[in-house]
Amino acid sequence: MDARRVSQVVPKVRQVGFVTHSDPNPPPQASRTQSVPIESNSGTPYDSPDFSPVMIPPPRHHSENLSHLRSAAVAVPESSSRRPMWDDRVAVVGSYNPGNSLLGQPVSPNSSEVNSEASTTLGWFGRNSSGKFSAGSSFPGGGFDLTTVKMENFTQLEGKKPEAVPGKGGGGGVEVNNRESSSNTLKAKTTKAERRETQEAQRAAKAAGKAQGNKPVAAAGGAGPSNILRQPSQNRDDPAVGSTIAGSDRRGGDRPPERERKKDVPPPRMQFDDQGRVNKSKKRAVFNQPEAKNRVELFRHLPQYEHGSQLTDLESKFLELDSMHPAVYKVGVQYLAGDVTGGNARCIAMLRAFQEVINDYSTPPGKTLVRDLTAKISSYVSFLIECRPLSMSMGNAIRFQKSRIAKLPLTLSETEAKAALCNDIDRFINEKIILADKVIVRHAATKVRDGDVLLTYGSSCVVEMILLYAHELGKQFRVVVVDSRPKHEGQALLRRLLAKGLSCTYTHINAVSYIMHEVTRVFLGASSVLSNGTTYSRVGTACVAMVAHAFRVPVLICCEAYKFHERVQLDSICSNELGDSNDIARVPGRPDVNSMDNRTNEKNLQFLNLMYDATPSEYVSMIITDYGMVSHIDKKCSFFFLAFLVVC
Amino acid sequence: MDFQVVVLAGGTSKKLVPLVSKEVPKALLPVANRPVLSYVLEQLELSNIKDLIVVVEGADAALCVGGWISAAYVDRLHVEVATVPEDVGTAGALRAIAHHLTAKDVLVVSGDLVSDVPPGAVTAAHRRHDAVVTAMICSVPVSGLSEAGSSGAKDKTKKPGRYNIIGMDPTKQFLLHIATGAELEKDTRIRKSILRAVGQMDIRADLMDAHMYAFNRSVLQEVLDQKDKFQSLKQDVLPYLVRSQLKSEILINGAPQGQQAKENGNDKVSYRILANASTPSFHELYALGPNGSAPVRRTHKCCVYIASNSKYCVRLNSIQAFMDINRDVIGEANHLSGYNFSAQNNIIHPSAELGSKTTVGPHCMLGEGSQMGDKCSVKRSVIGRHCRIGSNVKVVNSVVMNHVTIGDGCSIQGSVICSNAQLQERVALKDCQVLSLSTSVFLSLSSNEYL
Repeated sequence: MDARRVSQVVPKVRQVGFVTHSDPNPPPQASRTQSVPIESNSGTPYDSPDFSPVMIPPPRHHSENLSHLRSAAVAVPESSSRRPMWDDRVAVVGSYNPGNSLLGQPVSPNSSEVNSEASTTLGWFGRNSSGKFSAGSSFPGGGFDLTTVKMENFTQLEGKKPEAVPGKGGGGGVEVNNRESSSNTLKAKTTKAERRETQEAQRAAKAAGKAQGNKPVAAAGGAGPSNILRQPSQNRDDPAVGSTIAGSDRRGGDRPPERERKKDVPPPRMQFDDQGRVNKSKKRAVFNQPEAKNRVELFRHLPQYEHGSQLTDLESKFLELDSMHPAVYKVGVQYLAGDVTGGNARCIAMLRAFQEVINDYSTPPGKTLVRDLTAKISSYVSFLIECRPLSMSMGNAIRFQKSRIAKLPLTLSETEAKAALCNDIDRFINEKIILADKVIVRHAATKVRDGDVLLTYGSSCVVEMILLYAHELGKQFRVVVVDSRPKHEGQALLRRLLAKGLSCTYTHINAVSYIMHEVTRVFLGASSVLSNGTTYSRVGTACVAMVAHAFRVPVLICCEAYKFHERVQLDSICSNELGDSNDIARVPGRPDVNSMDNRTNEKNLQFLNLMYDATPSEYVSMIITDYGMVSHIDKKCSFFFLAFLVVC
Repeated sequence: MDFQVVVLAGGTSKKLVPLVSKEVPKALLPVANRPVLSYVLEQLELSNIKDLIVVVEGADAALCVGGWISAAYVDRLHVEVATVPEDVGTAGALRAIAHHLTAKDVLVVSGDLVSDVPPGAVTAAHRRHDAVVTAMICSVPVSGLSEAGSSGAKDKTKKPGRYNIIGMDPTKQFLLHIATGAELEKDTRIRKSILRAVGQMDIRADLMDAHMYAFNRSVLQEVLDQKDKFQSLKQDVLPYLVRSQLKSEILINGAPQGQQAKENGNDKVSYRILANASTPSFHELYALGPNGSAPVRRTHKCCVYIASNSKYCVRLNSIQAFMDINRDVIGEANHLSGYNFSAQNNIIHPSAELGSKTTVGPHCMLGEGSQMGDKCSVKRSVIGRHCRIGSNVKVVNSVVMNHVTIGDGCSIQGSVICSNAQLQERVALKDCQVLSLSTSVFLSLSSNEYL
């Protein structure tokens, strides 16, 4: 039963896999090095000719916890609820070809770009991605507990179906390769002795971990078993590559990333109801942020400040902040003042500022560029966080940026290094945002038919591009722009759509259930898509999606892959952002409706102006990313792969 | 932060003519026994600005100011004192030192500004909007009106040039119209295009230009080069920039808007993403072509920073203002003076000698080495260094500068007595200014005369 299930899973996964070209291993790699010369020039560990990007074992594999977590998630066979899901997925995945073929459909240069991009991402995010798993994310702690409890269970199971372990534990990238050889041979090749060895090593590591405390374990303990775990699979995958070479290669590459990983781990999100920490962070803060007094109990852990005074305080410090680069400062002020909003725009603005920083940077004497610049960027990032919490996409971009700095070869001169970094940022913006948007637009435009009534909520730049592109293609459709207080972002979108001659209906979210009758499709943007399929987006999105779901209107979420995050979030409480309470207390342009004025500090009145909400994946029919479209049913599992792909 | 600071210290202002002289240029007028320029410099120093250019009109004045600065700020600030000929105006002064300016933006501060508004706020507002010019405006000091009594208030309303008519957009970020008081008699002309683009304009008469501007340097230099008739920043350059903001003739080669045609298609897209995501100001909306495509019209932004009412912000540009500032700095805005006030809310230098039954009320200041006779009374006044004041003297609401000798039984109200003046016995002065240079006064004088 088990074996059958696994063997069934295997080929299907490959079909879904967003790296369709990975079957013949060398070709994509060739295209990668061609299209992205910097990657190979900059001397990353991946430029050795026979090191496939897909095979890179991200350090995540070595962190024991995770491999267990993943494998446990797969291997626990008792859960009856799980199996249907998998079977479901299997059935559908097979039949779901459009997404796949779509990936190849667009104009040929484009498709190759997409693929090359897919493979480069692997390189870009390879090293430091895993760190987030252990620290930054709100990954339920229960997951870890569960794995440890099930440890015995798991090890027993492992004996039965070991191929599942490296596969799942290894994440998407490796898995794809594993599938090259049939699962039967896999099973045959892992001898009993090897499995035993694996178990032994894991146990030893665990024991060591208990003795030493948690952190070093992940590093030290991870290296041991993983090598053992990995080596056989390596042998299997690529007989051409000598296992020793690959092993040593990897081991050599492992050490720095381990350290690097720790460095890059974003500190766990600060809980703002923890008074001590808040005070501590205030001391470090660049400018004063008086906290709002009346906060809603459930959201105390989120930062909420009195908005008016923030800006003036920051402004008055303008000339005092010697260490701050003007470009970064400007971006910070713009974030704070709300001049720049929207995930893509904020990300681009930040990266452009960093580009200026790098351009103006000169290494102080006695320091190295790699370390000093990283520290500098970190300080800028913390300043930006003070101005406004980062979006997840920005987190990804920063991680990318830092990894590029860290990977700079020491032989480069300062000007070369700066040029390379600026180039990297340009490339990130072009490939991850602009090109991704283009691809998404192409994909999504196929979903727009003549006579459609498309509903969108708020103002998402991708959705806007989709609408405009579909209009350019000459499709006849109507747009319903749903908006909400207090930001009225939809109005700007409406204005631009009208300027292009689209026929639009504008309504507020209160009326969404009325307007939904006539809608045939809902296009929504997203701030982030999490690995359980939850869409984290502008507040109100969940409501629109839910109504659409109730009316059986397909909901399409458009989200660039760089906004994917492997965090799992079940609600919009644990991580969210609070806006200015004055925004909702006041009605702009209506001074006669000001009964709430000056009541923001009343004790028995609390304002809650949430910025984001989480849309559960049930309401979403399809997610359109630059790697293809992920439809409703296979979403759950695909998200794991997608998240891996993005992050790897 | 790529800002250069220019302090326009002026020369010997005509408006302050009894008070200023060759020896005491406007910048060195004492406010609470400190030159007025020191208030600006210290405010800048607080904002971490160490390098600045002080422009002084006239060689003599420059010598005085330079000497004072080098003595007072020898190891604290790096000040470059530039001399320009007299009567070139503020624009002319900047034109003269144009070759010193290299930074991206220039902050121009008037040397007679007594204010606790952080200059950083102006510069930050400037940077935030990528403005061509940002002007700080503050509310007209009401404190002066209420406390100086009706006479002071009347004076102010009569004085031309003190009032501005300032038009702003509803968000109070952009400057749409500015007219100085001198133009008030004429019709106020407002550009229709601006009004149409914005839709709504707030016109305020209770605000005034504080003469602290942040300019984009290249734009400023271009304007100064092209319009060589321009004399004053406040009356020529700023109104010009505000007027022409929707049909900008200046080439912004710093290209803050990024409007220059981007060759790269991707750049254009990212620019559009940025532009769409940010709330567009009316400039950008106006600049857009008819179908919302690429910007066709060139605009620039003139921003405004409004000092909050809690901040003190007054310019010392008239005698009345001189009195007001002196009173305020030791009175309600005493955090500016930098002195420690005693429990009686006044400052009496330890070396000052007071006779018996002499009272020094709150909000008073008595300088170093001054001597007062018996039964004197000082209220709300500043008395400078080494003054000798006889018995039975009343000093109310007045400023007495250094080395002044006042005879017995004098009564001084609302007057300014400049350095080295000598008052004979039983002189009564009301609302007078007494020139320095060993003038001896025998007579009683009243209301707005000066000697």
